[in-house]
Amino acid sequence: VSAREDDERPDPDALLAQIKAEELRGKRARLKIFFGAAPGVGKTYAMLEAARHAKEDGVDVVVAAAETHGRAETAALLEGLEVVPRRAVAYRGVQLEELDLEAVLARRPAVALVDELAHTNAPGSRHAKRWQDVLELLDAGIDVWTTLNVQHIESLGDVVQQITGVKVRETVPDVVIERADDVELVDLSPEELLDRLAEGKVYVPDQASRAAQSFFQRGNLLALRELALRRAAERVDAEVLRYRREHGIETPWPTRERILVCIGASPSSERLIRATKRMAEGLHAVWTAANVEVIGAPPLGERDRERLEAHLRLVETLGGEVVRLHGSSVAEALLAYAREHDVTTIVAGKPTHSRWRDRVRGSMLDELIRGSGAIEVHAIAPVEREAPPPAPVGRRPGADSRSYAWAAASIAVVTVACALVFPYVTLAEITMLYLIGIVLASLLGRGPSLVAASLSVAAFDFFFVPPRFTFSIADPRYFLTFGVMFACGVVISTLVVRLRHQELDAITREQRTAQLQAFTRDVAAAASVADVATVLARHLEETLDVAAAVLVPDPDDGLVAAAGLTPLAPQEIAVARWAFEHGAQAGHGTDTLAGASALCVPLIAGEAAVGVLAIQRRRGTPPRLGIDQRQLIDALARQAALALARVQLGEQAREAALRARAEELRSSLLSAVSHDLRTPLAVITGAATSLVQHGESLSAAARTELAQSIVEDARRLERVLSNLLQLTRVETGLEPATEWVPAEEVIGSALTRTEEIRRGRAVETDVPPELLLKIDPVLFEQVLINLIENATKHGAPPFAIRARRQGGAVEIEVADRGPGLPEGEPARLFDKFVRASTAPGAGLGLAVVRAIVQAHGGTVAAENRPGGGAALRVVLPTPEPPAQVSISSAGQMASSHGDSLRS
Amino acid sequence: MRTVLVIDDDQAVRRFLRTVLAGQGYAVVEAGSVAEGIDQLQRARPDAVLLDLGLPDGDGTQVLAALPPDGPRIPVIVLSARGHEGDKVIALDSGADDYLTKPFGAGELMARLRAVMRRGRSPGGATPDVLEVGAIRIDQPRHEVTVEGKLVRLTPIEFKLLVELARQPGRVLTHRQLLRDVWGGSAVEQSHTLRVHIATLRRKLERDPAQPRWLVTEAGVGYRLRDDAAG
Repeated sequence: VSAREDDERPDPDALLAQIKAEELRGKRARLKIFFGAAPGVGKTYAMLEAARHAKEDGVDVVVAAAETHGRAETAALLEGLEVVPRRAVAYRGVQLEELDLEAVLARRPAVALVDELAHTNAPGSRHAKRWQDVLELLDAGIDVWTTLNVQHIESLGDVVQQITGVKVRETVPDVVIERADDVELVDLSPEELLDRLAEGKVYVPDQASRAAQSFFQRGNLLALRELALRRAAERVDAEVLRYRREHGIETPWPTRERILVCIGASPSSERLIRATKRMAEGLHAVWTAANVEVIGAPPLGERDRERLEAHLRLVETLGGEVVRLHGSSVAEALLAYAREHDVTTIVAGKPTHSRWRDRVRGSMLDELIRGSGAIEVHAIAPVEREAPPPAPVGRRPGADSRSYAWAAASIAVVTVACALVFPYVTLAEITMLYLIGIVLASLLGRGPSLVAASLSVAAFDFFFVPPRFTFSIADPRYFLTFGVMFACGVVISTLVVRLRHQELDAITREQRTAQLQAFTRDVAAAASVADVATVLARHLEETLDVAAAVLVPDPDDGLVAAAGLTPLAPQEIAVARWAFEHGAQAGHGTDTLAGASALCVPLIAGEAAVGVLAIQRRRGTPPRLGIDQRQLIDALARQAALALARVQLGEQAREAALRARAEELRSSLLSAVSHDLRTPLAVITGAATSLVQHGESLSAAARTELAQSIVEDARRLERVLSNLLQLTRVETGLEPATEWVPAEEVIGSALTRTEEIRRGRAVETDVPPELLLKIDPVLFEQVLINLIENATKHGAPPFAIRARRQGGAVEIEVADRGPGLPEGEPARLFDKFVRASTAPGAGLGLAVVRAIVQAHGGTVAAENRPGGGAALRVVLPTPEPPAQVSISSAGQMASSHGDSLRS
Repeated sequence: MRTVLVIDDDQAVRRFLRTVLAGQGYAVVEAGSVAEGIDQLQRARPDAVLLDLGLPDGDGTQVLAALPPDGPRIPVIVLSARGHEGDKVIALDSGADDYLTKPFGAGELMARLRAVMRRGRSPGGATPDVLEVGAIRIDQPRHEVTVEGKLVRLTPIEFKLLVELARQPGRVLTHRQLLRDVWGGSAVEQSHTLRVHIATLRRKLERDPAQPRWLVTEAGVGYRLRDDAAG
């Protein structure tokens, strides 16, 4: 298949995505951006003017936020437009006015005007950034018009910095700009802009006037204008491309490019990320940022960790994917990942260190290029020559003042030992002894070992090198000795420290793996939503020393806690709800609702959130969670989400099966009832109509026979009906009214009432006279009647009823010597409408037996008897009856009521 | 000719009862509601009443309350469905003589009707010294009971229970009635006590107490002493 042929036809996936996007465009709120190259080009003016026109056309437009900066001509445009009052926020004694998101949401206009998309909200607002407010407005179905300058686009931040030398702090992620349905470029030539500036028509905050002066240079403005025009043109390109694709016009389809960028804690990584984003945009490629942890490398310091974390977040805001790789070298890990994921281009930073380091350690870039094969490798230079990376100041095993004391002490001990042996040995042996001290001290860490090396040199010089007890040296050869001693100390300590780090690394990695494994195992065993939630909460609480809670949606009650030791405050639940609804993290340490004390992580399986994980500090407010911990949380949350989805699916399937079973029962009830009611009715109708119509022509014997069949089938009908009624009553929750009743009595009354059905066939009884049952006499009589009827209908004489006490229960058995039970599961016999043989009568009798017995807390069973026939058994839990109701076997009362006889 | 008042709101039931009773030589008066029933009770002066409990304008027991307090008692048979044992007990405790569970056959109806009318005829209050029900013979002055000629020894309570049942052979007596008459008003809730005494009494009267011929249980209602061994 030639690739060309393929390319001419639109890819079905792309078409589908396009249809979806079109559907979305039809329904979702529209975002319009008035886009400019610099402040003062008239974006706000253009937006307000457009709003006035829209209002004249009858569109419901309100101003949610507009910065007029005191310009009269702009303020004049606000006349006649509805303005939603701002929300006052007090921050460090300054009264700030912020967009009132709640008020705008409540007002629900068709279009809301929100000036300055890049604005940063005052602390305490729901969102950290105004663009987040805008996204929420859009989510609520409100169209938003907004303004934006080119320098605020996240991916262009570094380019703008290169042009203007000003570091832009307020940025808007590219995804937000890509979300825009319309981008209107508001253009003004640099000359005009500078004129306006000179006339004071451009608002420049006082404190920024110096920065502004360098910003508003003609050259800068030209460059920015070009940038803005290019950016707008790129959008037009994308539009054209989309249009052509929609209309089947042949276009060069974008190849499936995949870019991998290698990032680390170094500040130059930021530039790498932005460059990759731009490259990916140009190539219509997906891009991934990888951070490689080299096995055995010293851990990062606190500052480096924070920077790395910021880089990873930047990748996410720019729409890239983040992966963390492990390997013995950076290049190796990158290449392995790249080959596995069909990466076409790898982006890496140009080395900033000296060539010497490469000679010693090998160059990552060299290795990468050598091993890349078909994969392109781009090396990108940093913005400026960065300061040499600070010496790693990370956690070092035991490097505290105590270690230094120990190092000094060990050298002191060595010095004393040397002094003792000095008369017998040469200086060469003394240096050896000092080396032992240095090696020992190196176990305490790099710092102490360096101290030990210095002290050794000093002590050796002072105490032993002639002239002794001075620091002066007679023979310059000793400088060599000092140098060797010191070098040995440095090399040994470096090696030892690295070993220690590797060991610690291996241990933490092992722990992390073990934790994940334990979690995976536990969560796989979880059988319910509550189980999964408990496992997740418990693991997090144990590993991170935090309080964790898992919330899951409840059909009646919003989000409810499924597990967790700490009950959440209502405001934390509100944060959780936001995270759940928006599928994004919220709360402490995030950009949304950062004032909350809990971090809420949505548990996302596939497309939708299935729950929320809320994490809270146990005491006080220790520093925000580190990257390792966030990663652990993410990993656990992902797994838990999948497990939750699995469990929920399982529960749904179970419910569906139950529903299906109920449905099946209902339909079998209908068919059985209609059969069992219609048959006797047919007999009765037939017999009765013959009597009515042909009564006179029939013989007396025939008339009697017809009448007899009417009687019999009417009785049969009655039994079916009364069984149905009993069953319904018991199954709808009729509580048996239990009393102590002699077994003999209830068996006797059942036998009396079945005399007719039995047609004189005898039933043997074996019932201890003193045996008492705790039963509802009316309901239980029905149990016995149905069992007797079942035996006489399907079995053969001799019939027998036996009752006896078995420990804490009474067992009553109705047995016969017939053909026995049908093949199959005996318990099925007690299901509704299962009939043992073809004898008439609904298969309801035994279902009634089971229902009533179960309502008494008992069980039913059926089995074939040795020697033939079936035995149906009822087991009722029966405590020992209280003394005043017991019957003595001699037939005498044990009751105290015997004395209360009135005569 | 004896008159039977049928109080039932169902036309088909009334037609069936009318046909059967007329065929047996009774005069039949019909009523479809409580009000009509009470009216007919005074106007037609029936010899027996067949009373349905569920009537459109009220409970059948209201008719029982309206029975003339003086003169010979009019026997009442209550007609009721299975599963409403509580209603039967209330009706019996309120003065009904017997009950029939719907659906019932013509033979059963006539047997019950004859039995209540026979009892109604016998003078109330004073009981004869010697009672004979089926194979059971009770000599009250001598406190002697024989079954098929064989002497059985009863405790005082058993004896009193048996006499209560035998005074109205074939009639069902509720737990409450038996407890009230044998033990006195304070014991009416002690039905387990009654059950225990019935069990010991049955042991002495019956050949197989698990399949009684004479002293039968009406589950949830009470006990009846059958006067014909066939049932």
